[in-house]
Amino acid sequence: MIDWISGGLVVAGATLALLAGVGVVRMPDVFTRMQASTKASTLGVGCLLAALAIRHPDVSIVMKALSVGAFMMLTTAVSAHVIARAAALTGAPLWKGTLLDERPVANRDRDCSSS
Amino acid sequence: MLNFTSAIALTMLALGAALTFVRLVRGPSLPDRVISIDLIGILIVCVLVVVAGDSGQQAFLDVAMVIALISFVGTVAYARYLERDRT
Repeated sequence: MIDWISGGLVVAGATLALLAGVGVVRMPDVFTRMQASTKASTLGVGCLLAALAIRHPDVSIVMKALSVGAFMMLTTAVSAHVIARAAALTGAPLWKGTLLDERPVANRDRDCSSS
Repeated sequence: MLNFTSAIALTMLALGAALTFVRLVRGPSLPDRVISIDLIGILIVCVLVVVAGDSGQQAFLDVAMVIALISFVGTVAYARYLERDRT
């Protein structure tokens, strides 16, 4: 039974991580890519750590899994916010279907392609 | 010998890393590439967690923790560099 639960959680977590990769390739602009990668990968890491803690119910392993999980939950959100802020301030172009852009006009749609 | 579900999970993680690498190469702007590098770091952490669960070795979890830390600091440094670079 434990094997079934942890195996299912491992496959679910890996599927979410794969979806993060698919979202990064398929999404149309920087911000949608950022949110696809962040959400899917956070949940993926959470599922994989839960599977690990279920399969090895050892105190040290569970504590390490909890600390890695808490750290990932904190830092992924912070790094996504920091990247999105940098992208917005450098004037990353938005998707054509975007309804509202609150940046000042001088800040919009600058070509920030890397040289 | 890998467990069956661990083999499936590692294959899917490798596929996701390959897709992320496509965006890293093609990405039109520098923030896209920073996002790709961040996601590749997270996928490396995922691989280490799967391997730790499969082998029962705790050392892989320590490595996952350190890689997550370094990846976070690197991402914040890249973002600072991008913001400082704007004129």
